[in-house]
Amino acid sequence: MERKLTCIICPLGCELTVQTEGKNVVDVKGNTCPRGKVYAENECTNPQRTITSTVRCSDGGLVSVKTDKPIPKEKMLECMAVINETVAELPISIGDVIVDDVFGSKIVATQNKA
Amino acid sequence: MRDLVIIGGGPAGMSAAIAAYENGITDVLILERDENLGGILQQCIHNGFGLHKFGEELTGPEYAWRYEEKVRALGIECKLNTMVLDVSNDKVITATNAQDGIFQIQAKAVILAMGCRERSKGALNIAGSRPAGIYSAGTAQKFVNMKGYLPGKNVVILGSGDIGLIMARRMTLEGAKVHAVCELMPYSGGLARNIEQCLNDFNIPLKLSHTIVKIHGKDRVEGVTIAKVDERRKPIAESEEYIPCDTILFSVGLIPENELSKSAKVDLSAITNGAVVDQDRQTSVEGIFSCGNVLHVHDLVDYVSEEAEIAGKAAVEYINGNKDKNILIPIKTDGKVRYTVPQTITKEKDVAVYFRVSDIYKNVKVNVSDGNEVLFSKKRVKVAPGEMESVTLKKEVFAKAKELYFSLEEM
Amino acid sequence: MYDVAIIGAGVVGGLVARTLSKYKLKICILESQNDVAMGATKANSAIVHGGFDAKEGSLKALLNVRGCKMMESVCNELGVSYKNNGSLVVGFNDEDRAVLNELLNRGITNGVERLQILEKEELRELEPNLSDDVVCALYAPTAGIVCPYTLAISAVGNAMDNGAELKCNFEVISIAETDNGYKLSSADESVDARFVVNCAGIYSDKVARMIGDDSFDVHPRRGEYILLDKECGDTVSCTIFRTPSKMGKGILVTPTVHGNLLLGPTSVDIEDKSDKDTTQEGFDSILRNTHETVSAVPLQKTITSFCGLRSVGSTGDFIINSPKKGFINAAGIESPGLTASPAIAEYIEDMLKDSGLEMISDPDYNPIRKSYHAFSEASDEQKNEMIKENPSYGKIICRCEGVTEGEILDAIRRNPKPRDLDGVKRRTRAQMGRCQGGFCGPYITELLAKELNIPYEDVTKFGGKSVVNIGKTKGGQA
Repeated sequence: MERKLTCIICPLGCELTVQTEGKNVVDVKGNTCPRGKVYAENECTNPQRTITSTVRCSDGGLVSVKTDKPIPKEKMLECMAVINETVAELPISIGDVIVDDVFGSKIVATQNKA
Repeated sequence: MRDLVIIGGGPAGMSAAIAAYENGITDVLILERDENLGGILQQCIHNGFGLHKFGEELTGPEYAWRYEEKVRALGIECKLNTMVLDVSNDKVITATNAQDGIFQIQAKAVILAMGCRERSKGALNIAGSRPAGIYSAGTAQKFVNMKGYLPGKNVVILGSGDIGLIMARRMTLEGAKVHAVCELMPYSGGLARNIEQCLNDFNIPLKLSHTIVKIHGKDRVEGVTIAKVDERRKPIAESEEYIPCDTILFSVGLIPENELSKSAKVDLSAITNGAVVDQDRQTSVEGIFSCGNVLHVHDLVDYVSEEAEIAGKAAVEYINGNKDKNILIPIKTDGKVRYTVPQTITKEKDVAVYFRVSDIYKNVKVNVSDGNEVLFSKKRVKVAPGEMESVTLKKEVFAKAKELYFSLEEM
Repeated sequence: MYDVAIIGAGVVGGLVARTLSKYKLKICILESQNDVAMGATKANSAIVHGGFDAKEGSLKALLNVRGCKMMESVCNELGVSYKNNGSLVVGFNDEDRAVLNELLNRGITNGVERLQILEKEELRELEPNLSDDVVCALYAPTAGIVCPYTLAISAVGNAMDNGAELKCNFEVISIAETDNGYKLSSADESVDARFVVNCAGIYSDKVARMIGDDSFDVHPRRGEYILLDKECGDTVSCTIFRTPSKMGKGILVTPTVHGNLLLGPTSVDIEDKSDKDTTQEGFDSILRNTHETVSAVPLQKTITSFCGLRSVGSTGDFIINSPKKGFINAAGIESPGLTASPAIAEYIEDMLKDSGLEMISDPDYNPIRKSYHAFSEASDEQKNEMIKENPSYGKIICRCEGVTEGEILDAIRRNPKPRDLDGVKRRTRAQMGRCQGGFCGPYITELLAKELNIPYEDVTKFGGKSVVNIGKTKGGQA
C-alpha cells in the first residue's frame, strides 16, 4: 500500500511517499535526510509526538514544559490530563524533571523560574 | 558615549551582542522593553527551534536561554523594562524606564533588533460586530502560555501562518475545539510540518481560499460567516457558511516594527517593510545596522540568530574604523523573486543573499545576472512564499557587475 | 431625592451634568451601559462644524454656531484634545459651486465667521493632496476637530468631581410621576428626582414614551468609518467634505486630534437600534468615495473600522423641549450634535431655570480638570520629576501610543472609573494604536483585575458578557 506523509522532523517538511506491506514499511521516497526515513517508519508503525505545554507552579504562575522524548500520538490528551493536574514546586531550572514517567517519557521544565 | 547599543533583547539582539563582544567590542548595551530577555520566544513554548543552529530541537524559552546564558556569562550589560522612544540620525538614543527616567545615550554604532508585530484584525475591514473574543494568535498565545487563561472554547482561525497553526494545537490541547483554519490564499503560509502536526493530528480542517466575511455576536463572538474566494480573492456569496464559535484568532501576517528606524531616517523597503541593507546589514545610515524580524520576517529563529551575527561583527568593524565601501552593486528582482536581503552589495566578499518568491513555483531555476548574462544559477524543485530561500555568491561572480538581477526561470 | 436626574452619559448628558454641577444641586447621571460615552459619542466624525449646514433659524443652526464658539474653551478647561484645523467643502463642477454659494450665504445668516470660497490654486497651496478634479471649496476656518469620547468622559468626571453621581448599568425601564417629580426605575433599583433630562440618544424616544410623550421618533442611521495609522494624519490638514447631498455630508476625510486619518461615514437608515455592524458595502463605499476628494490616501495603513448610529429625529431639527413639567427632552441630537453639545447644555440649563429649578452657585465648583494625557504632554524634565515620584510613569505598557503604566493606573482611579478594557482605551489611548491592543491587552487586563480586585478572567471588553477570557487553562484548575 502507498501512503503520503509530511515529515515533521525539521522545517523542510519533506513530502514522503511510503510503501507498506502489512505492518512493514518497505520503501520511503522523498526524504532529504536519513531522519525522514526513520520518521516514516515510526509514523506508519508507532506514531509519536512531543508534547509542549505549561504546568502550574506552587506560586500560582506557570512554567513551560515538554516531554523529553516523543510519546505515542494517541496518548496526547491523556498526557495533557497529567500535565493539567501537576503542580510544580519552585524554584525550577531548565531541564528539571516535573513528572517522572508519562507514557515512557519525562515531563521536564523548559524555563527557569525562581 | 557607548560603543554599541542594541535595541531589542530578543534572539536577534542577543545574538548580535554576543557576536560583537566576541569580536572585540565589549562596551555593548542591550535595551529591552520586556522584563526578560528572549523577546517573543518566551511565549513560543512549542518545540522546533534550534535544529539548524544547535542540531537539536528546542522550545522557544530553551533557545532563548542558550543565548541569555551567554550574554550573562560575558557580562554584557542589559537594561530591561526599558523602552526606546527615539533613535536619531546621528545615533543618539532616547529611552525610558522606571529607574532612570528618560535618558539619552550617544552610541558609535546602533543595531536595530526590535522584531515584528502581528497584523491586527482591524487592518482587514471585516464586516460585522466588534465583540470580545477576537485576538491575534500571538495575543492568545500570551494569554494561554504566559498568563494561564483560555480566551475561548470554540475557535475559528483566520490565516494559516505558523503562529495560527501552533495556536490551533495549543488551544486544542487546553480543551478548546478549533472548528476551522481559513486561509485566503490557495496555499498555506505556514510550514508543512505545522499543518501536519498542529492541524491534521487533531482533524482540524484547513480551508484554503476561504475567508471570514462577517463576525457575529453582541458581547462575545457568537459565530462567523466564512466564504470561499475566487481567483481575485473576492468572496463567493453562494459559498457562505455560518460557524458558531466564541473566539476568532487572526494569524494574518507579521509586520516589522520599524518606528524607530523611521525616526533614525533609515531608508525602508516598501516590500519587506524593513530597512534597505547591504551585506553587513548596515542601513542607509552609516553605523546603524538592522537584523532579525525588524529587517524582514524570517521563518526560523535560527536564521535570525545567524543574520544578527553578521550585523554584530559588522558593527565591530565599523566601530574599529573599517568603513570602506569599495563598490556599490544594487540587487534588483523580477517580481517572481519578491525581494532580497541584502538589497545592495558594498564590499567585495562572498555573500549569502536571502530571498522570497511571490507565489508557488515548481521546477525553476533561480538566475542571478548582471543584466546581460547569467552569472549564477540554481535549480529548485519547488519554491513557496512561506519559505525563505538563499544563494551564496562568490565574490568572483559579481566582481565586474554594476548591478545584480535575481529572477526565476520556469523550466 | 435628586434635584436632577440625567438619563444617558453621552456627550450631551455629560455636558448637561457638568454645566449643572456648578450649582448646589444633587445630580445623578443614569447610564445603561458599563461606561459613559458608549453610544453615538464614541463613534462619530469627531468634527466641530462651522455651522453653515443647518437651516436658518433652526435649533441646529443656533446651537451649532454657539457650540463651535464654546468648544475650544470647554476643551481647555476639561483637558480634552481639540484642534482648530478648519474645514473645506469641496466642489467639482458648477452645480457644486452653486450649492457651496448657498452654504456660504446660509452660513453668513447663521452667524458663521470668516467663511469664504477658495479657488483651485489657493486650495492646492492649503491642501496639496486634494484631488485634481476639485475646482473650488467652501472654507470654514472656525471649524475644528475634537476627541468626542474624552469630552464626554471628562465632562462626566468633572461633574462627579463637583459632586454629581454616576450610576452605570442603570437602564431606565419605567418612569413614574410622583408628587414632587419622577421616579426612574431600572430592573434592580429606582431613583427619585425633581427634574429629569432625557439625553438617551438613540433611545430618547423610548424614554419619552415612558411619560406618555409620543410626539417624536428617533431612528438609527448607520455611519461606518475606517481609521488609518498615525503616520497618515498629515495627508490633509483640514477636514475635507464633499458637497452635500440629501443623505448627509458625504464621505469625509479628516485628521483626528490624535494624528490618525479618519474616513467616513456612510449613511444608511436601518431599523435595529442595537445593530452596530459594519458592512462590506459600507467599506466599499468609503473606499470608493475617499479617492474622489483626496488623492493618495494610504488605505493599506488601515488600523480599524467601526460603526456608529446617528440619532435621527423625526422633526428634522434637534428636539429640545419640555413635554411635561420638570421633564426635558434632548433628543434627535444628530450632526452637528457634538459641536452643539456645550451649547445644548447651556440651553437646557436655561430651560431648567425657567421651569423653576433654583440654581445657587457652588463656591467650591472647579471647572478645571487635568487631561488624561498630562504626562505625555509634559516636557522631558517634568516627566523625569514625575517618574522619580512615581516610577510607573517610566514603564511603557502600550508601545504604539506610548502610554505608561502610571497613566493607565491614573485613568483607572479617576472619575468616572473605567471598568473594562475599552474604558481604559478611550481614556488613555492604550490599545488604540496600530497593534490594536495585541501587545498591551493582556497587561491592561492584569492591571484592571488588580485595581478592581476581581479575578483576571472576569475582566471584560465593555461590560456585560464581553469577557476577555472564559476561564483558566489546565481545565480550569487554579
